[in-house]
Amino acid sequence: MATAHSRSAARIMISPAVILLLGWMLIPLSMTLYFSFLRYNLLMPGTHDWAGFLNYRFFLTDPAFFAALKNTLILVGGVLAITIVGGVLLAILLDQPMWGQGIVRILVIAPFFVMPTVGALVWKNMFMNPVNGLFASLAKGIGMQPFDFLGEAPLASIILMVAWQWLPFATLILLTALQSLDSDQLEAAEMDGAGPLSRFFHIMLPHLARAITVVVLIQTIFLLSVFAEILVTTNGGPGYATTNITYLVYAQSLLQFDVGGGSAGGIVAVILANIVAIFLMRMIGKNLDI
Amino acid sequence: MGHISLNQITKTFGNVQVIPPLDLEIRDGEFIVFVGPSGCGKSTLLRLIAGLEDVTSGEIQIDGRQATEVPPAKRGLAMVFQSYALYPHMSVRKNIAFPLKMAGMEKSEIDKRVEGAARVLNLTDYLDRRPGQLSGGQRQRVAIGRAIVREPAAFLFDEPLSNLDAALRVNMRLEISELHNNLETTMIYVTHDQVEAMTMADRIVVLQAGVIEQVGTPLELYSQPRNIFVAGFIGSPKMNFIEGDAVGHSEAAKIGIRPEHLNLSTSEGEWAGTVNVSEHLGSDTFLHVQTEKLGTLTARADGEFPVRHGDKVFLTPQEDKIHRFGADGLSI
Ligand SMILES: Nc1ncnc2c1ncn2[C@@H]1O[C@H](COP(=O)(O)OP(=O)(O)OP(=O)(O)O)[C@@H](O)[C@H]1O
Ligand SMILES: [Mg+2]
Repeated sequence: MATAHSRSAARIMISPAVILLLGWMLIPLSMTLYFSFLRYNLLMPGTHDWAGFLNYRFFLTDPAFFAALKNTLILVGGVLAITIVGGVLLAILLDQPMWGQGIVRILVIAPFFVMPTVGALVWKNMFMNPVNGLFASLAKGIGMQPFDFLGEAPLASIILMVAWQWLPFATLILLTALQSLDSDQLEAAEMDGAGPLSRFFHIMLPHLARAITVVVLIQTIFLLSVFAEILVTTNGGPGYATTNITYLVYAQSLLQFDVGGGSAGGIVAVILANIVAIFLMRMIGKNLDI
Repeated sequence: MGHISLNQITKTFGNVQVIPPLDLEIRDGEFIVFVGPSGCGKSTLLRLIAGLEDVTSGEIQIDGRQATEVPPAKRGLAMVFQSYALYPHMSVRKNIAFPLKMAGMEKSEIDKRVEGAARVLNLTDYLDRRPGQLSGGQRQRVAIGRAIVREPAAFLFDEPLSNLDAALRVNMRLEISELHNNLETTMIYVTHDQVEAMTMADRIVVLQAGVIEQVGTPLELYSQPRNIFVAGFIGSPKMNFIEGDAVGHSEAAKIGIRPEHLNLSTSEGEWAGTVNVSEHLGSDTFLHVQTEKLGTLTARADGEFPVRHGDKVFLTPQEDKIHRFGADGLSI
């Protein structure tokens, strides 16, 4: 089929989609790039002076930027760690034949269907609230001081909420991967004298490597831009304790009305995301073609 | 050592009894083959011996010791799976070394044994490849290598050659037989290919629906089958069965005659018929002959026998090679 003719036909056929996607990506990107070099503040209408790299200098030297960068990395790393470890364990659990398997599986998947804003609000008001929350009354029940999650450990609390959202996704992908493991291999390992732990580390985990890479890749893309959970719970605070890059860009452009600065932040975020993507692609390239 | 005895073992899945009470004595150093039609419980029996399935009742003894409750790894048996069950992310070397590593053996001793097994199995050049980069026959040899480094009391093979092409199958058959001659370890081999069974076995166990129909050396089963099932199952092409009037004076409900025990002639003989299909293999000729009273019979002639479709031939059974069966299917 791959004749010169069919290939050029394929190129023509596919070009509208490619052009559309390219425009879709390029136009906003170039406009952001353009704005990032302007002194463009909504509080001063009409002034669109050329600013050079001033916006970038302000954004990158802002102490909030480093805090946000650190928070972003901790958030992504923390959620990845929780969802992958938890996902593998849950997948193994769900793979066991047990009573009520169907219902348990649906329950495990459910958080994925809850909107991030709703999920975060439920966590904030129903579980973590130090006065009315479930955790608070639990603590009181066993005679302990209620813990103010969002006040004392705001970033950890956000990580917990986001991990809760993404755990089902990881579990689902890992479960399907686990089910594709040839049972003969496990039996052979059993006969070779491998106990349950050895079987897990020597047979199951290597088998799951690809699936784990896929989960890491997809989740990283989404986790770099966590926003709703922060907006509805902590508003990036206290201080900058829960501000990630996405939230910082939002704060810059829509709370301080500095479109130029926000755009510069946006471009920085794009560059950071690409650096992460390059690392991930390297990792995946190694892992995906066994 | 590798003496295995099964006492009254049974296996039930749900409410289906796959293995009714079964006794079997497997001697030390013996090459024993389980044959039977698909679904008769060969694999199940092997897995019961391996410990991958629990027996429903009865007991298994290995070398005189109670093994019924012993976990698979502690039974000292090694199994080669039909799907090879190699670990895809490990190199051949690591695959073969895996059971030794699990046993906590020293690195230098592991290396020595792996090299030794690789030499025996002609795998030395492939030690650093992944299983995915090997041919079917090489994978099979890796699976065997993984079994022999453990120096088990007995080997269990579950249709190890069924994924290979015909020529390779013959080769591997010889290699496994040779391995058995060198190691002199008990081997239990499951197959549904009766040629494999006949050529490799010291003794054959013929199973049907979980029941042992007969145990014996290949030639015992060939010349003195205990019943119609064994007579029909062992031998290729199948034995011809004749019932009704033609049984005649022999006082049996049914008689059987193997294709190689029918003398062929184009001029005279006991039963007349026309050739339906003739298969000329060079070394032998198989004729499917349509007779008037007895239905289709298969006959074998040594070398070339020049007849074609539609030709008239005569068949004469060798009187002393006729098998007689009673109404209950047992040999008389
Ligand atoms: N885990 C199981 N649950 C229920 N029934 C089973 C199970 N394993 C095997 N059986 C049944 O037990 C019977 C024997 O199966 P087994 O795999 O031992 O056959 P086999 O002789 O090895 O056949 P084949 O030559 O096709 O491999 C079959 O009827 C099968 O359906
Ligand atoms: Mg089988």
